[in-house]
Amino acid sequence: MKIGIPREIHSGEQRVATTPDVASQLIKLGYSIAVEQDAGAAANYSNSAFEEAGCEILATADAVWEQADIVLKVRAPEQGEEGRLRSDQVLISFLAPGQNTELLETLTKSGGAAMAMDMVPRISRAQKMDALSSMANIAGYRAIVEAAQHFGRFFTGQITAAGKIPPAKVLVIGAGVAGLSAIGAAKSMGAIVRSFDTRPEVKEQVESMDAEFLMLDFDDEDGTGEGGYAKVMSDEFIAAEMALFAEQAKDVDIIITTALIPGRPAPLLITAEHVGLMKDGSVVVDLAAETGGNCELTEPGEVVVKDGVTIIGYTDLPSRLATQSSQLYATNLRHLLTDMTPEKDGSLVIDFEDEVVRGATVCKDGETTYPPPAPKLSAAPAKPAAEAAPAPIVEEKDPSIAGPIIGMVVAGLALLGLGAVAPPSFMAHFTVFVLACFVGYMVIWNVTPALHTPLMSVTNAISSIIIIGALLQISSADKVIMWIAVVTAGVTAINIAGGFAVTRRMLEMFRK
Amino acid sequence: MINEGIVNVSYIIATILFILALGGLSNQETARRGNWYGIIGMTIALLATIFGDVAANYDKLIVALLVGGSIGLLLARRVQMTQMPELVAVLHSLVGVAAVAVGFANFMGHGSGFTGVELTIHDIETYLGILIGAVTFSGSVIAFLKLSARISGTPLTLPGRHWFNLGLLIGAFWFGYQFVVQSAAGGGLTPLIIMTVIALIFGVHMVMAIGGADMPVVVSMLNSYSGWAAAATGFMLGNDLLIVTGALVGSSGAILSYIMCRAMNRKFLAVIAGGFGTGGGTAAKGGGEDQGEVIAIEAHDTAALLADAKEVMIIPGYGMAVAQAQHTVFEITRKLREKGINVRFGIHPVAGRMPGHMNVLLAEAKVPYDIVFEMDEVNDDFPDVDVSVVIGANDIVNPSAQTDPDSPIAGMPVLECWKGTTSIVLKRSMATGYAGVQNPLFFLENTRMLFGDAKATLDEVLKAL
Repeated sequence: MKIGIPREIHSGEQRVATTPDVASQLIKLGYSIAVEQDAGAAANYSNSAFEEAGCEILATADAVWEQADIVLKVRAPEQGEEGRLRSDQVLISFLAPGQNTELLETLTKSGGAAMAMDMVPRISRAQKMDALSSMANIAGYRAIVEAAQHFGRFFTGQITAAGKIPPAKVLVIGAGVAGLSAIGAAKSMGAIVRSFDTRPEVKEQVESMDAEFLMLDFDDEDGTGEGGYAKVMSDEFIAAEMALFAEQAKDVDIIITTALIPGRPAPLLITAEHVGLMKDGSVVVDLAAETGGNCELTEPGEVVVKDGVTIIGYTDLPSRLATQSSQLYATNLRHLLTDMTPEKDGSLVIDFEDEVVRGATVCKDGETTYPPPAPKLSAAPAKPAAEAAPAPIVEEKDPSIAGPIIGMVVAGLALLGLGAVAPPSFMAHFTVFVLACFVGYMVIWNVTPALHTPLMSVTNAISSIIIIGALLQISSADKVIMWIAVVTAGVTAINIAGGFAVTRRMLEMFRK
Repeated sequence: MINEGIVNVSYIIATILFILALGGLSNQETARRGNWYGIIGMTIALLATIFGDVAANYDKLIVALLVGGSIGLLLARRVQMTQMPELVAVLHSLVGVAAVAVGFANFMGHGSGFTGVELTIHDIETYLGILIGAVTFSGSVIAFLKLSARISGTPLTLPGRHWFNLGLLIGAFWFGYQFVVQSAAGGGLTPLIIMTVIALIFGVHMVMAIGGADMPVVVSMLNSYSGWAAAATGFMLGNDLLIVTGALVGSSGAILSYIMCRAMNRKFLAVIAGGFGTGGGTAAKGGGEDQGEVIAIEAHDTAALLADAKEVMIIPGYGMAVAQAQHTVFEITRKLREKGINVRFGIHPVAGRMPGHMNVLLAEAKVPYDIVFEMDEVNDDFPDVDVSVVIGANDIVNPSAQTDPDSPIAGMPVLECWKGTTSIVLKRSMATGYAGVQNPLFFLENTRMLFGDAKATLDEVLKAL
């Protein structure tokens, strides 16, 4: 079968539905490919590159639509494109069938099949075909780049010889794919990043990106809706949310809003009043501009300055990074086509048993198949897995054993010599002494360094056991000896009481 | 009053309790229990001896115990935690005095009734007990004076001091021989007194020659000596409890000294020989000139840096103890932790003037011990640390220990704070540390110097937070 890639006709659209790399992989699946002249030019993919990859270059869109069995596009058909679909053709592109009912009707009437990339269900298996996530990732990144472009300061804080530069503070509302991508980009530029989301389970993801998750002081209402999206929240919740945004608006320099609820207008989060609270020179990037905007003052597709705040309402952020987004989109398409070409013989099979294909297909054989049955599994966006630190490898040198052996032999000989001359009573005491040294050695070796001082003061107290010497002498009839013993007992008593008491005082202070 | 068997059993119980006490002190959970074991052991030993061996003069004994005990308790309650090293040194000196006194009293009592080899051994034991006791006493007194800054902490290096020490040693041997010979004939007091004087001089001279930075080794070494003195006295009196306890204390002090020396990558003998940090010879090399410029920082900028950080490492040194800044440090720690910043303490084994000195100070300021880490535990984490705060420490964060093989502290393990994003060094001035070595850390691009008294500047930082 032949795949046709027409040039995107939406004004300003720079993406293309396939790239030379992906095209060559599709050819391996058994397809032949026809690309309209200059279809990839805006995304920096030249005609010659496509030709090298084995594609045919056709001069007009008419020729592409005429020859192709499968048409791949980025944007939904418009300006008469929708009428070109033939009954034996398959169209795959973004379609937004929920919003574009007229388009869906036209496509259904044609009798051909249409698949919407934005309807690929969000299940684990379909992540590789999830073009919405791919585009959201790019949009989030690009939102920070646009914000940086319009923001008059550094993102990162620095202390330079010319003075201190405070870091920019960025608030990202909505921690979906776009939000997390924006957090990552802003963080890597050195900003202080906070994030808010109605779904508490994303807290962990936000924190894994090194950003602060703002909690709402509110009874735990879970905003998790079907398929990993957020749902509409209660009025009280929204009031609390608004208060939080008002407070944050005073503090932050940049707000990125990414709040979308599928099939509905975007929720209004940043009011004109909030914008008024923001400092002059602040930037708002509204990623939801296409569906009405999260910010009251957003003008879709435009950059406006209101109250000294730049509000960016571009609806084509992925297109502004056309090379990257074309490549990701084309790869998503390729994964879908690979799944739909089980024999790898270049013939496409639309199998309604396949949940992904069923979900994406909006019309077929003159029948509207939208909306699909509800997906069975809900998949949260993939968490960035924390990399396990590799265990440090400790290298230990083999200590030479010659030294200790010589030492032991010498010590042994000395002991033998001693034993030869010393009386048995001495040897008994000596045995006790040597054993006690070893016990001390064994016991002390494991002491945590934090306790060295208490250990020292307690051993000091214990060593005043020497008082026993004084006690043995205190009963002496010799007055001198008796008085020496009394003084000694007094002195060691200082040590006993002082040593134990100070140890106790120190240990009382150690606490978790 | 009670028979010898009961006394002996009591001694065995006391011995076991002392061992349990030392074992208990080896970690935080059991430390308090360990101290109680020690107290109980000591009480049992005292009671057994008093009821078993003391026959008269109970009145004087009780007065002595009460007076001494009260003084001890008062000292323990009054002492500031920053003065712990001084207190420990003073207490060591008391053990030394006791050993000397017991030795002399025992010798004058002539109650041994030994003859021949046994008498010789007994005399040697007496002699050794007094010798070690005297060295412990005078050494501890000097250590106390140095630690409390009543005399200068810089090492006193007399010309030919090693020969002087050797002379003293030979003298001690000679009079020891004289003592044994004369004792057999019924005399010997004169050589014993002369030897005591020699030992006192030796103790003074030995500690005078050791610099302030080596004080942790000295303090634990004196601790060890006080144990050996007790053990020698135990031999003299034929008392196993004294021998065992003395050996326990002696070996524990020796191990602590060894640990300290290892932390400085120095040989024990080299530390004892003293003279470190005189500023002569190699130390002068590369000192001060042409190291570049330091970048100073103000307190409020420090506060901003800390508030923006995620990982903070605080490295305290003796300067924190001198300035009594530990409470302010804790307040700052608390503030930062409330903001969700991970604050940890990195403690170098020889930071301060006594083993574990910093831990005690931080504990006094109520810093929880589970955020206080040893050097080895945190050294690998420095690349992830945003801000390291070095408070009054110098040699323990000196990169030249690793980079400059000619440095006097070459090979000493140090806290590698320069691997973090920023280091803030609190110092009074650009003076060198005890080792007399210039610190290249101060001139690094990611180092900021915060000059002034640690307490005053940290108070300002706290205010700015």
